[in-house]
Amino acid sequence: MRITKQSFSLQPMFRSRLSKPALFMLCLMPLGNLVWGVIQDQLGANPIEVFTRSSGEWALRFLLVTLAITPLRHLTGLPVLLRFRRMLGLFAFFYALVHLVSYLWLDQFFDWGEILLDIYKRPFITVGMTAFLLLIPLAATSTNRMVKRLGPNWRRLHRLIYVLVPLAVLHFFWLVKADLRTPLIYGLILSVLLGFRLYRRFFRSTDVGRSRPVV
Amino acid sequence: MILIKKPVDTRPSEITPLPVYKKRREFIKTGLGLLATAGISPAVLATASAGYGGRKLDYSRMTEYSSKEELTDYKDITEYNNFYEFGTDKYSPAKRAKTLQTSPWSVKFSGHCEKPGSLQLEDILKPHALQERIYRLRCVEGWSMVIPWIGFPLADLLKRFQPTSQAKYVEFVTLKDAKQMPGQKSGVLDWPYVEGLRIDEAMNPLSLMAVGLYGEVLPNQNGAPLRLVVPWKYGFKSIKSIVEIRFVDKQPVSSWMRTAPSEYGFYSNVNPLVDHPRWSQKRERRIGEFFKIKTRMYNGYADEVAHLYSGMDLRKNF
Ligand code: HEM
Repeated sequence: MRITKQSFSLQPMFRSRLSKPALFMLCLMPLGNLVWGVIQDQLGANPIEVFTRSSGEWALRFLLVTLAITPLRHLTGLPVLLRFRRMLGLFAFFYALVHLVSYLWLDQFFDWGEILLDIYKRPFITVGMTAFLLLIPLAATSTNRMVKRLGPNWRRLHRLIYVLVPLAVLHFFWLVKADLRTPLIYGLILSVLLGFRLYRRFFRSTDVGRSRPVV
Repeated sequence: MILIKKPVDTRPSEITPLPVYKKRREFIKTGLGLLATAGISPAVLATASAGYGGRKLDYSRMTEYSSKEELTDYKDITEYNNFYEFGTDKYSPAKRAKTLQTSPWSVKFSGHCEKPGSLQLEDILKPHALQERIYRLRCVEGWSMVIPWIGFPLADLLKRFQPTSQAKYVEFVTLKDAKQMPGQKSGVLDWPYVEGLRIDEAMNPLSLMAVGLYGEVLPNQNGAPLRLVVPWKYGFKSIKSIVEIRFVDKQPVSSWMRTAPSEYGFYSNVNPLVDHPRWSQKRERRIGEFFKIKTRMYNGYADEVAHLYSGMDLRKNF
């Protein structure tokens, strides 16, 4: 299933030296929007809630986009897409960090006793924290040097993403009061992205090019 | 009922500073120190002081039960609402509640009472003098507001129907009409929304039937035309847009109890010592303020209501 003809014309654009800076700016826009919203007082009655939620939702979105690169690459026959995966993954980490800091500061005001109690007592926080902790080694090993140094272990380590993103979706499921529709949509997208991999693994075992970091 | 102390005829505008966007501006300064945005343009002040857009009500001030805390901005009270009949997002009700038809409106009174019947809103209101009461509202989600409600004591209304000794509880029902309330097309809750009080809770002088806020008729998203306000309980107990009131002998099952019985109990009294299973209830974010504040037992109304629950295990009866 390839759309080779079209993708050929996209290739130069993705290869351009400007593509990475352009994507970088694009990835900063959600944060820019939020900060602008705070400054302009446009986030409504409870801006802190909007900030915490929005950063969390963007962390999840970036995780899913990162997971979408491999399937997209196979569908479009554009290996060049892999160039962007690291940046997208790091932005997922960045937004998760913003989200976490927003919780620690604006929600708990660094009341560590309460925070530890929360992590221990509330399944949705426990799961969110686990997802975040798992994200740290992935971000830390994202440099070229680490990729080289870890060799085949790099890929093994980065399989943590398959655990961490479901945990992040579960985190969302467990925090909503009654309306499960939004987390369900994210869960569905995640299933498609993981399903694609399972499908390739079991039905297309003569795999062409496993996901390797492209430097 | 001699609950109504000498009313003083003052408009809230005379006693409270204009609740413009001022507070949230300050909030931004506290939070981020962004001085560049501190200015409030006079134009904004002028439009906001011109009134809120609703029909004005005649009422007297009820100081006895009123909080002296700073009022939450009108804008926040009317744009940040939990009213699942108009969507589960808190900003949806303000945008979508226009479809609600509040006139004509009638309420059916039934069950264990001597004088059941259906009454038009005008006839419900006729015998009651409206009062303003400034109450704290604490949402189960961990935020709170201070709202100047306009209404009358629920007890005065209920007594008109002469509940019998079998009326142990009062059950309230919200309108069910997916055309007017598009959120009801989703199965998020079991419609119609149902709430209940024990009869002594309902007869407590704090229990209010509200028809307005900030001196004007209730905006639709705040539960027009007639809603309950029970300030010592989490906000969801204060049922909105009521069409039926039943005197019953068994404890009603509220919509939230039905949806998540382990998370929402019949009483749902504000209690910082009993957490929601998924989050703490120790503190709350007062809308418009940066730092969180401590949540108080019975939302600070212990003097008025604690006796209702003496001897009860509040962990079990959450
Ligand atoms: C990879 C890590 C994480 C992801 C992807 C993530 C994602 C999310 C998402 C999607 C939401 C719901 C947003 C909405 O309602 O629209 C959320 C809410 C929330 N998250 Fe996270 N989260 C992560 C880690 C954490 C951590 C480590 C904590 C705290 C220790 C945390 C605390 C919260 C809280 C308290 C809320 C609820 C905010 C509210 O309702 O006001 N999250 N998160």
